[in-house]
Amino acid sequence: MILDGKVPGGPLAQKWEKHRFDLKLVNPANKRKYKIIVVGTGLAGGSASASLAELGYEVKTFCIQDSPRRAHSIAAQGGINAAKNYPNDGDSIWRLFYDTIKGGDFRAREANVYRLAQVSNNIIDQCVAQGIPFARDYGGLLLNRSFGGAQVSRTFYARGQTGQQLLLGAYSALMRQVGMGRVTMYPRREMLDIVTINQKARGIVVRNIINGKIERHEADAVVLCTGGYGNVFFLSTNAMACNVSATYRCYKKGAFFANPCFTQIHPTCIPVHGDFQSKLTLMSESLRNDGRVWVPKDPKDKRPPTDIPESDRDYYLERKYPSFGNLVPRDVASRNSKVVCDEGKGVGETGLAVYLDFSDAIKRDGRETIEKKYGNLFAMYEKITADNPYETPMMIYPATHYTMGGLWVDYNLMSTIDGLFVLGEANFSDHGANRLGASALMQGLADGYFIIPYTIGGYLASSSFEKIDTAHPAFENSEMTARKQLDKLLSINGRRTVDDFHRDLGHIMWDYCGMSRNDDGLQKAQGMIQELRVEFWDNVLVPGKNEDFNQSLEKAGRVADFLEFAELMIIDALQRRESCGCHFNEAFQTEENEAKRDDKNYRHVAAWEFAGVDKSPVFHKEPLDFENVELSQRSYK
Amino acid sequence: MTKTINITLKVWRQNGPQVKGRLETYHADNISTDMSFLEMLDVVNEQLTLSHREPIAFDHDCREGICGMCGAVVNGRPHGHQKGTTICQLHMRQFNDGDTIVVEPWRARAFPIIKDLAVDRSALDKIIQAGGYISANTGAAQDANNITVAQNIAEKAMDAAACIGCGACVAACPNASAMLFSGAKISHLALLPQGKPEAARRVTHMLRAMDELGFGNCSNERECEAECPKEISIVNIARMNREFIKAGFSSSVE
Ligand SMILES: Cc1cc2nc3c(=O)[nH]c(=O)nc-3n(C[C@H](O)[C@H](O)[C@H](O)COP(=O)(O)OP(=O)(O)OC[C@H]3O[C@@H](n4cnc5c(N)ncnc54)[C@H](O)[C@@H]3O)c2cc1C
Ligand code: FES
Repeated sequence: MILDGKVPGGPLAQKWEKHRFDLKLVNPANKRKYKIIVVGTGLAGGSASASLAELGYEVKTFCIQDSPRRAHSIAAQGGINAAKNYPNDGDSIWRLFYDTIKGGDFRAREANVYRLAQVSNNIIDQCVAQGIPFARDYGGLLLNRSFGGAQVSRTFYARGQTGQQLLLGAYSALMRQVGMGRVTMYPRREMLDIVTINQKARGIVVRNIINGKIERHEADAVVLCTGGYGNVFFLSTNAMACNVSATYRCYKKGAFFANPCFTQIHPTCIPVHGDFQSKLTLMSESLRNDGRVWVPKDPKDKRPPTDIPESDRDYYLERKYPSFGNLVPRDVASRNSKVVCDEGKGVGETGLAVYLDFSDAIKRDGRETIEKKYGNLFAMYEKITADNPYETPMMIYPATHYTMGGLWVDYNLMSTIDGLFVLGEANFSDHGANRLGASALMQGLADGYFIIPYTIGGYLASSSFEKIDTAHPAFENSEMTARKQLDKLLSINGRRTVDDFHRDLGHIMWDYCGMSRNDDGLQKAQGMIQELRVEFWDNVLVPGKNEDFNQSLEKAGRVADFLEFAELMIIDALQRRESCGCHFNEAFQTEENEAKRDDKNYRHVAAWEFAGVDKSPVFHKEPLDFENVELSQRSYK
Repeated sequence: MTKTINITLKVWRQNGPQVKGRLETYHADNISTDMSFLEMLDVVNEQLTLSHREPIAFDHDCREGICGMCGAVVNGRPHGHQKGTTICQLHMRQFNDGDTIVVEPWRARAFPIIKDLAVDRSALDKIIQAGGYISANTGAAQDANNITVAQNIAEKAMDAAACIGCGACVAACPNASAMLFSGAKISHLALLPQGKPEAARRVTHMLRAMDELGFGNCSNERECEAECPKEISIVNIARMNREFIKAGFSSSVE
């Protein structure tokens, strides 16, 4: 089946405005008759819940954590892009659009990305109105910094805690609506299933994490904002509760999953040390503004970094990409770190690390300036590694960070299930095969503040809804399936813990479906995943009972889904017979070892339809038409 | 340098808000000093699970000191003894071979225990619901640079806004007061021009909510500031008090 993204006609710059006019409206007095469920309270879910409630809809919002303020968006460090052009350095909506689509290696939908660039400026306005303490210059105006993949400074930031501040803004707007009784908040709930009635999303089934009660909630539309699935790799920069379960269970109910193999490996993270490690910590990309990446020229050079003279260092990014230097996009930076480490030039105890050196910046700007920009990141680095980055270079290595893949959505952000909208990292829509820094925060807030409030109205106004309640057999069915799975997990009583399985799965994915992929490895991984899945259902040990605060049981459900989903990633990676962005299949590379796209045959979104566990999913494609940009070999030289 | 240590843990175990809890003793051997405190608990939990005992329940998520989900009292100090550090960022190199470490949940009237080390902090959300926001509906904003904020004011607002809402200040306070938490939010918003129109209403409503939710009063013990993992200053409490007095003079508040 050829998928239709429902992109409106007309010139690129006018599509969104025209579409907003064409969308049907819900009369203000009727809005409160519609119930909307929002799952997730990150930037996407928090902003959507608040904005929809402000319009007058009756909103119910769910999240896993004890408070909506703790969604994983809180951890974003570096910043958020917008095309304000305050620095007067040549930025524009068009340039932000172009950089983003090129950064994604031409595998995203033009119209979505353009709209994202258009609303980027409104986001900054909204955030400032909410009181977000962005960095300012002495005149009291907003400051910008640079991020990868762009030659202009367009990133707004609040120290190294931009995500925290933006999320607290959305959270406070949400709390205001909760206080006014327009949003009902359900924290410590995990979505177990989406309920569809007459081909429409009409509710969800959730587990109350505190007491294990299964609860049913009905609505006229469901907005899924459940974030990314990076934890399929076990070790990632994601928070521990990040999962694929919410989106995967929608996939199992008929929502197509798009480009699952597009996962971002971020170049600057604190390297792995030891088997006990539970997560990896990002060192923000903003550090590449002032930090210089290097390794010793000679693999045998084991001197401490401060003893290695300039002439014996290889600043490989500056050498290979003179015009972007240390600010090449993430996929390029990560792959190059892997290459130098594979050549034996890696540093540190494991040899899987490169230096990120601030000594030149400290000499140039003084320690105080550097401290003001990155103080909290330096402190965090020192806490974890016991090394002081003001005195010795940081050691960094790539780690899983973000997932461009997600549920397929059309221009209205609606999935292939009517009435199921997907926002933020959970959808696939804007970043193609590689996301540029500071653009996920932008997308989450664009979706929640400025897109869903319009498109959901269009859907509600043009659909008819029969009256249903939660006694409907569809709810009954969902609850039964969920219960069965919980009971099964608790009854296996095997010999391996959930984490033990998860760690194994992570190794498989990192080794064979990470920064560099090949057919043999992918096929091997597929077999290994299948075996691990069989073993899981035979040998996992989940202690305790369902009617309790049972964190092992929560994890077990998530890992069960990762074990199925991982195979879908492999299938997707095998299908794409080209390299693009993060997806680097060794068989497809240019002479200079860069990703080599095949625009003739693979200029499309791959969207997968569930056909049953252990059955091959059905492939669908959405062709990508580029009417406004020329497809070029990405070059950052 | 990586080394390993052996420690003895005494951990508070409690099955729910109504039942009695007790300290239980566990031995954690060969713990790498590069582990975080929570990774050490993970290791203990894996061992408990494999020996068919219930693992220790504790809240956590980001494990990098920003989400505010983690929190426990370690040897009598919220988040442990290292200054400016959440328990998820506290590393085992801060402890010595042979140490005995006592781990307990936050204890405060407003934070009922859920299980073991996990407590219910929803009262903090309720304080924010009472007024910890600027009323700015989506879409109504002017151009961002039409509002200027002097750099030093923006920096002070950011210092206050850095609060992660973990509740350590409440756990540290002999009166279980949430003054530092509330003061930080009130200061952050009152310092900025955008927050001024609602300043009086905000401070009165938030303080009233704090009382109603069972938090105690501030008697200037300064424990909150000492234990705050984000080192939020009690200057923010003073600023809140000034705002409250100002609000008393403002007639527009009910
Ligand atoms: C360390 C780090 C730093 C980053 N820095 C930047 C940056 O500087 N700039 C940038 O643009 N991007 C950055 N990113 C990426 C960006 O933070 C995320 O992509 C973005 O915040 C995701 O927002 P979201 O709203 O889609 O999802 P999230 O913030 O992940 O929220 C997901 C929500 O869904 C809920 N949820 C999930 N599953 C379920 C379920 N089954 N049932 C119920 N609820 C559920 C969760 O409780 C949570 O509330 C960073 C990411 C990381 C990991
Ligand atoms: S787990 Fe997020 S602050 Fe500790």
